Amino acid sequence: MTPATAAVLALDGIGVEWPGSAPGAPGYVAVEDVSLSVGRGEFLSVVGPTGCGKSTLLNVAAGLLAPSSGAVLVAGERLSGLNRRAGYLFQADALMPWRNARENVEAGLIFAGVEPEQAHRRADEWLRRVGLSGFGDRYPHQLSGGMRKRVALAQVLILEPEILLMDEPFAALDVQTRQLMENELLELWSAERRSVVFITHDLEEAISLSDRIVLLSAAPRTRPIGEFPIDLPRPRDVAEIRLTPRFLELHGRIWAALRAEVLKAYAVSQRLG
Amino acid sequence: MRSASASDKTAVRRGRRTPLFVWRVLLLVGAFAAWYALTSLGVLPAFFFGRPLVVLGRVWDWFSSGKIYPHLAVTLVETVLAFAIGTLLGVAAGLWLGLSPTASALLDPYIKAANAMPRVILAPIFAVWFGLGIASKVALGITLVFFIVFFNVFQGVREVSPVVLASVRMLGATRRQLLRHVYLPSATSWVFSSLHISVGMAFVGAVVGEYLGSAAGVGYLILQAEGTFDIDSVFAGILVLTAFALLLDFAVTRAERHLLTWHPRAAADER
Repeated sequence: MTPATAAVLALDGIGVEWPGSAPGAPGYVAVEDVSLSVGRGEFLSVVGPTGCGKSTLLNVAAGLLAPSSGAVLVAGERLSGLNRRAGYLFQADALMPWRNARENVEAGLIFAGVEPEQAHRRADEWLRRVGLSGFGDRYPHQLSGGMRKRVALAQVLILEPEILLMDEPFAALDVQTRQLMENELLELWSAERRSVVFITHDLEEAISLSDRIVLLSAAPRTRPIGEFPIDLPRPRDVAEIRLTPRFLELHGRIWAALRAEVLKAYAVSQRLG
Repeated sequence: MRSASASDKTAVRRGRRTPLFVWRVLLLVGAFAAWYALTSLGVLPAFFFGRPLVVLGRVWDWFSSGKIYPHLAVTLVETVLAFAIGTLLGVAAGLWLGLSPTASALLDPYIKAANAMPRVILAPIFAVWFGLGIASKVALGITLVFFIVFFNVFQGVREVSPVVLASVRMLGATRRQLLRHVYLPSATSWVFSSLHISVGMAFVGAVVGEYLGSAAGVGYLILQAEGTFDIDSVFAGILVLTAFALLLDFAVTRAERHLLTWHPRAAADER
């Protein structure tokens, strides 16, 4: 693993504690002492059982949430405020519904003061790259779920962020659309090799996309419990690679480690339910 | 923009709506016929309930002689001014309080009190402050319109999707850009749902103001007619006011369709 200072993004001993319901009551420790780092151009997936605080970690990395302890280092510098080098692809729909696809894609450029005409041209170019030429005038509610995700991807990538934070971006899509999107993501990523932190609870998705996988324990007090390099050859096709022996072997090994945590999370949800 | 599919849908809806429109007209004609029958047969005394033909004749007289125009102009100017100023103030105050938790916590009880107060009572006070001209009616209309718009904008700002907000912040928007590109457009759809109500309230403000003290306006016409027990003119006045309230509401709907093309509801809604 690359040392933390050389990493593009590093979480150093991050803890997140939500205050208790009453003063003096013990708080809820969502995340405890998490350290992980992403190298330049690396595709890192963070996998953990449902509700284990994966999104919390990503929000910390984005600067949207200040950690209770620890620090976020971006290219070796301590982060304060929003992470300006990162683009964030949310799980939920995050497009502005009052702007059409083109206006959504160019939003970041307009915020940065780019000439409208130039922003317009670049937005159209990005819409073409995500396979949505001719859909620039459609409003989000006139697009399918998969198309909206593509617009969101273009909206983030047009700003050429060094780090791409993705929070289960394809979770709401059907299986076919999802595999298409995963392949497109890999293609876009391999063209420009941004560093990616990809969060998912889907182990197969994680293995087929990543260079490395970090496993998180079940909530509460989530922390990393294992790290697995994925040495599958690239370029990959996410549907085909799932049938290779090496994939199945990796899957078997990582699932063995993840299984215990999933059962723990399940037991907790049963108790609460 | 209007995509081809959207205009197709409108055409389909028009096709289905025509019979509905016919039914609506029939309902109106039926109501007039019942009114006519009841008053001419003497079931209802025409002295108190008016005679529909005379009422319609009175409306025709007013418009053909031009007698109504100055009065109508006064009432409409009051309404539009109250509507515009009240809406602007409501949007500004709603945005400000919606974005400033401290200010809204501080002012909360006073806003609730001001809203609960029967503000029509203020009309005589406004007449003393601003005279018997249009200013006092506009002021009354503003107090009615303001709160409707204000509460809607306040709610709209509070209910901006936190995901959209976080996303736009990550895209590098400054606070001012957030206001312009997220809060304002998000509040707009709430504003429009309130405008349909507030356009009627602006009318109420104007007419009640005229009714309580004025020298011109449709409310003044109605008051004069009541003074001479001219019930037909009273009904004629009410009819004219209703027609123009509908027209203003129609104008709001048009503006809404134009400004909210992005809204899934605006495209499907035909009110």
